[in-house]
Amino acid sequence: MTPNQELQVKPKQEVDKKQETTVPARIFLPTADIFETDQSLTVVLEMPGVDKTGVEISVENDVLKIEGRIDFSKYSGLQPVYTEYNIGNYVRSFRVSSKIEQSKISAELKDGIVTLVLPKAPEAKARKIAVN
Amino acid sequence: MTPSYANPFEALFGLQRALDAHLTSDWMRDATTGSGSYPPINVFQQGDDFVAVIELPGVGKDDLQIQAKDNTIRISGKKIIRYDKEVSVHRRERVAGAFDRTLSIPVQVDPDRIKAEYRDGVLALFIPRAERDKPRTIQIS
Repeated sequence: MTPNQELQVKPKQEVDKKQETTVPARIFLPTADIFETDQSLTVVLEMPGVDKTGVEISVENDVLKIEGRIDFSKYSGLQPVYTEYNIGNYVRSFRVSSKIEQSKISAELKDGIVTLVLPKAPEAKARKIAVN
Repeated sequence: MTPSYANPFEALFGLQRALDAHLTSDWMRDATTGSGSYPPINVFQQGDDFVAVIELPGVGKDDLQIQAKDNTIRISGKKIIRYDKEVSVHRRERVAGAFDRTLSIPVQVDPDRIKAEYRDGVLALFIPRAERDKPRTIQIS
C-alpha cells in the first residue's frame, strides 16, 4: 500500500443490537487492527471522540469486550447545519483463542486510537521443539 | 517495511476505485461537491458562528495542516499507521493515506480568528462570522 494513496471515506458501521438499549444512542463498530507477536496480542481500535474515562475493557469467558463512550454534552448548544457522519458510542468484542494473562492487559489511548496489549500466558507461548 | 499482504490486484483495485469514484461523484449535481471526500465533516451553528467537527483518528497533530483564506478552510495531512516488525497480522481494517479537503463557508468569516482544537482524534474548528457580515439593527430616527 502506498502511503500517499488518497484516503477514502468508510461509513461507520452500526452494531446490530440483540437487545434494545435504554439510552437512545447509536452504537458503532470501531475499525480494528489485530496482530500477534510471540509475546502478546495487540488490538488497535479507532474510537474518535472517546476520552480516557470513556473506555471500558473487560475479558469474560475468553471474550474481550471494548466499550467507548463519547461525551455528547460537547454537542449541546450546537445546531447542525451540514452533516456527513453520525456520532455514537463504540462497542466491539472479540473471542480470544490463546490464553491471555488478564491481569497484565495494558491499554493506551492516543489521538482517538485505543491500543491494547494482551500478554500471552506462559503456557500459551509457542515452544520450539528440537528434533533429535 | 510494514508487513503488508502482497496484493497483485492493488493496481486493478485502484482502477476500480477511480471508476467507482467517477460514477458516485457529485460533480455537476445538486449537492455539495466536496461531499464524500475524506475526512467527513459535520458543521454546526453556534449563535452567529460556525463549528466544524472532523473525525481524524490516528492523525498526529504534526501531520495535520489547516490553512484559512477568505471563507475557505483547507484541511490536509496524512495518516500513518506503523506496525512493528515481525508481527503476524490477524485483522487489518484501518487504512493509512493522505487527505486534502477544502471547506467553504457560505458566509464571510474572520480567517484570523479561526481556532482549531484537536483532542482524542477529533478536530474542532471554531469559525467566527466576520463582524462586517453580521446584521446590524437600524434605529428609526
